[in-house]
Amino acid sequence: MNLTLKIWRQKGANDKGKIVDYAVSEVSPDMSFLEMLDVLNQDLIEKGEEPVAFDHDCREGICGMCSMFVNGQAHGPDSMVTVCQLHMRSFNDGDTIYIEPWRATAFPVIKDLIVDRTAFDRIQHAGGFISVNTSGNTQDANAIPIEKANADAAFDAATCIGCGACVASCKNSSAMLFVSAKVSQFALLPQGQVEATDRVLNMVKQMDEEGFGNCTNTGACEVECPKGISLENIARMNREYLKASLKG
Amino acid sequence: MAILDSKIPAGPLADKWTNHKNKINLVNPANKRLIDVIVVGTGLAGGSAAATLAELGYNVKAFCFQDSPRRAHSIAAQGGINAAKNYQGDGDSTYRLFYDTVKGGDYRSREANVYRLAEVSINIIDQCVAQGVPFARDYGGLLDNRSFGGVLVSRTFYAKGQTGQQLLLGAYSAMNRQIGRGKIKMYARHEMLDVVIVDGKARGIIARNLVTGEIERHSAHAVVLGTGGYGNAFYLSTYAMGSNVTAAWKAHKRGAFFANPCYTQIHPTCIPVSGDHQSKLTLMSESLRNDGRIWVPKHKKDVEAIRDGSLKPTQIAEEDRDYYLERRYPAFGNLVPRDVASRAAKERCDAGYGVNKTGEAVYLDFASAFMRYGKEQAHVKGLDENDEALVKKLGQEIVRNKYGNLFQMYEKIVAQNPYETPMMIYPAVHYTMGGIWVDYNLMTTVPGLYAIGEANFSDHGANRLGASALMQGLADGYFVLPYTIGDYLADDIRTGPISTESKEFDDAEKNVTETIDKLINNNGSKSVDHFHKRLGKIMWNKCGMARNEKDLKEAISEIAELRAEFWNDVKIPGTATEYNEELAKAGRVADFLELGELFAKDALFREESAGGHFREEYQTQEGEAMRKKEFQFVSAWEYKGEPKDAVLHKEELAYENIEVKERSYK
Amino acid sequence: MASIFSSSIGRKFAMALSAFFLMVFLLQHFAINILSVFSPDSFNEVSHFMGTFWAVQFLLQPILIFGVVFHFIMGFVLEIKNNKSRAVSYAKNKGSANSTWMSRNMIWSGGFILIFIVIHFIDFWIPEINTKYIVGDMSGLHNGEFRYYEELREKFVPIWRVGLYCLGFVFLALHLLHGFNSAFQSVGANNKYTNGLKGFGKVYAIGIPVGFIFIALFHHFTH
Repeated sequence: MNLTLKIWRQKGANDKGKIVDYAVSEVSPDMSFLEMLDVLNQDLIEKGEEPVAFDHDCREGICGMCSMFVNGQAHGPDSMVTVCQLHMRSFNDGDTIYIEPWRATAFPVIKDLIVDRTAFDRIQHAGGFISVNTSGNTQDANAIPIEKANADAAFDAATCIGCGACVASCKNSSAMLFVSAKVSQFALLPQGQVEATDRVLNMVKQMDEEGFGNCTNTGACEVECPKGISLENIARMNREYLKASLKG
Repeated sequence: MAILDSKIPAGPLADKWTNHKNKINLVNPANKRLIDVIVVGTGLAGGSAAATLAELGYNVKAFCFQDSPRRAHSIAAQGGINAAKNYQGDGDSTYRLFYDTVKGGDYRSREANVYRLAEVSINIIDQCVAQGVPFARDYGGLLDNRSFGGVLVSRTFYAKGQTGQQLLLGAYSAMNRQIGRGKIKMYARHEMLDVVIVDGKARGIIARNLVTGEIERHSAHAVVLGTGGYGNAFYLSTYAMGSNVTAAWKAHKRGAFFANPCYTQIHPTCIPVSGDHQSKLTLMSESLRNDGRIWVPKHKKDVEAIRDGSLKPTQIAEEDRDYYLERRYPAFGNLVPRDVASRAAKERCDAGYGVNKTGEAVYLDFASAFMRYGKEQAHVKGLDENDEALVKKLGQEIVRNKYGNLFQMYEKIVAQNPYETPMMIYPAVHYTMGGIWVDYNLMTTVPGLYAIGEANFSDHGANRLGASALMQGLADGYFVLPYTIGDYLADDIRTGPISTESKEFDDAEKNVTETIDKLINNNGSKSVDHFHKRLGKIMWNKCGMARNEKDLKEAISEIAELRAEFWNDVKIPGTATEYNEELAKAGRVADFLELGELFAKDALFREESAGGHFREEYQTQEGEAMRKKEFQFVSAWEYKGEPKDAVLHKEELAYENIEVKERSYK
Repeated sequence: MASIFSSSIGRKFAMALSAFFLMVFLLQHFAINILSVFSPDSFNEVSHFMGTFWAVQFLLQPILIFGVVFHFIMGFVLEIKNNKSRAVSYAKNKGSANSTWMSRNMIWSGGFILIFIVIHFIDFWIPEINTKYIVGDMSGLHNGEFRYYEELREKFVPIWRVGLYCLGFVFLALHLLHGFNSAFQSVGANNKYTNGLKGFGKVYAIGIPVGFIFIALFHHFTH
């Protein structure tokens, strides 16, 4: 396969960036998207040019590091995958592919396709935890049975990998799906109840301060989420938030 | 051998840890505020240690090269975590977990450490549940268990195929709480490039800010390395692209002994290599072996027909299939430990029975599990148990619930539907049992320098059992290191802050900047990946699943030559004062090129087969590993300038509570 | 409690509450208007009641006006804020792959509805207020009969107005197709009833505007 790539190049956070065209040839359909970029980068290095910087690590869709907007979609055209799991068989010979970084004021570009997602970490610092000390002297793990449906729903919410595709896809750059996944995980478990009020208030406050937009329920986040985190979580967070606001 | 003091406490095995905790020095809460600890790496071990140390009151600085501590590669562990809870009432106990782990490690691990691990495993589960980790539960609301390779009980706790993720996010949440309180200062996108030793003690690190390229000095009263394993020396592995040996290797160069580098785990169930472009390999959880049966065709003609596409695996009759694990190991069958399963796959593929174009793949087949579960479901639901299509459909639903995400992952990568055709798998490098030598307190041979989790060598011997890595990482980080480090830090309560303006820091920083300058100004002709791939080929072909004297000797000289070529001819674009991934990679590959040689040297020296280390010269008539009594020790290597000059120190292993037997899974 | 109107979720909630109120109002408005098709007399009677009963005029009407104004202002405020959250836009953005046109263009459908409402006020509400409170004629009579039905029919004579109203209702339908369920999601109602509710939302979002269009066309063509 031969492809034309239109890639966002930006030297540093304070530099102006632009789309640059590259041609890649002999792409195998069995390659992953990032392996295709590896090939491009090896070419660029050989030519004495700077390779395209992009975030990636585990390359098996779980670390959440990779993050690019491919042909107008977060993580590209395939569903339920991160861009490292996207394979070139999703494209055709002769295609032109746009590759851009996540776009959000709260995710400033560091270089090329790499953005700063520490806003997500700061939201978690504000309340994404259960305050239990790590002495190991907690009660027995089976002391509180948890209804399977709730345990499963908590797990589904907890599978969020924090990649930021939800923010990138949302026309408002809203982080509601990400925040609601964490709020939901703990809201569904008895262990999370004690701090439920403060947690949701603090996390939402931090989310707002980071400059993420407001949710208008377009549902784009759910569709583009590589882990299929459900919009139900946002509804649950809304409930939790209203409950907490009335209480607190 | 007095130089290696493992500091194992006296007394009966079961009381050692309790006695030790009772006797060691503690730091009082007010004094903990005066003490700084650096934790490098934020995986299960580093993350849990940072959180716990901060909670105890120490000032913690945590470092990771990823953009967030949540992305450490522990997150990719799929299958589960072992704990001797005996919730299933199937005869499990602390002793049995200890026994299985020592036996699984082929009698090359330290008894006291492993017993402690088994002991604290129970606390881990309690701790994680309290933190909100959503483990799988049964309909009664209680925790569910599954069984893993090499054991006869169900003691593995899991969260579908994302157990590592859930546990890491638990540790990350504990860290977040401390970061929010200001007790942990987090340095993400930072890479440790040297340890600073002042008066013989580890007192800080030199780190590079990967975004700005700035070289930073950080001081502390103790340094903890939780930097994972070094499997990426093989280039292709299930490790993350960024996983590296650099922190551990720099520690080694500063005096920390490196133990058993040749003990590497090659995991049997990974997706086979598809071509030269391949950048990494993907694991399929070992838990799949609970329900999947491994086979290759019995006849060469079928193998050929499969390779040229004229025959489908589903068309091969039951009697024409060789379920080689069930045939060779009737007692454990498909659930033999990883090293055994991997070697058996290699044996079949070497004999010409591999089922893909490269000849390096075997089948993992769920057809009989579909029928078994389907029949059960049909019975429960009162449907027709003889309707094959229905039964298969019902069975597939059960399997989908258990492993849905793994099946989906397989389909995305291979573009074949594993519900309809068997998966193809092949072994791949997955974990390194070897690592920095530590004593019972998890301290390295450098005072004040600790190594935890996969970065150390301590608990898995020559082979790690499934679901034990998560257990060890969290045991070290939550429950062992935070106690034992106090014993050392008790002497530092009056030391005061460590200055970074000292000759030692100057020297270490100079050392780092010189290396970086050399790399960036090298103006060679070949990329970092070029050298990394070549190193990987040498490692895989000559230090892989089966090793022999000739290959290892060749590997040693080839790696040394490759290293020289690397330093002459590597080409790194860009500058050192910006985000430059090639530069970061170059530093890591430079260290792999040294470690690789020590690895081969260790493998050459170890004239026996044990666990993940299989020497072709030392095998039984049936092709099983042949252990030798005279090698019942830990090889700890001291750095002396070049890998070839490394000096061996032996820590003899004594087994007082377990009988060293032939490790049989037949 | 203070955060409820300054936070992102609080604003969403407020937006949803005003939407619920407007949707109920719309239903009520429709119910009265449809009477004009079947029974001019009942239409006149109900219109007179609504136009003169104190609670409607001095309690519900101000609330309604506040609701409309609030919904619009909040809508614009959120839009501006949301635009700020992405300073640089994508060179290529395939919104259709993950969301409906309606959901992405609420500001446009809403904006058009605003224009429509202004015209609607000029057509009906301002003359009504003028007659009742400036001129002071609270009788509701014209030549001894209720005037409401005939006034309504007069308005729908010019084809341009009918066309404009129809277009306004099309935008209303588009707005409701996303807005109806979005409001429920915003107040946290996402449960086993959600699928049923989604179906009902579609019926409402299409049914009500089509009904209004029918009324406009009916009066135009039967005059």
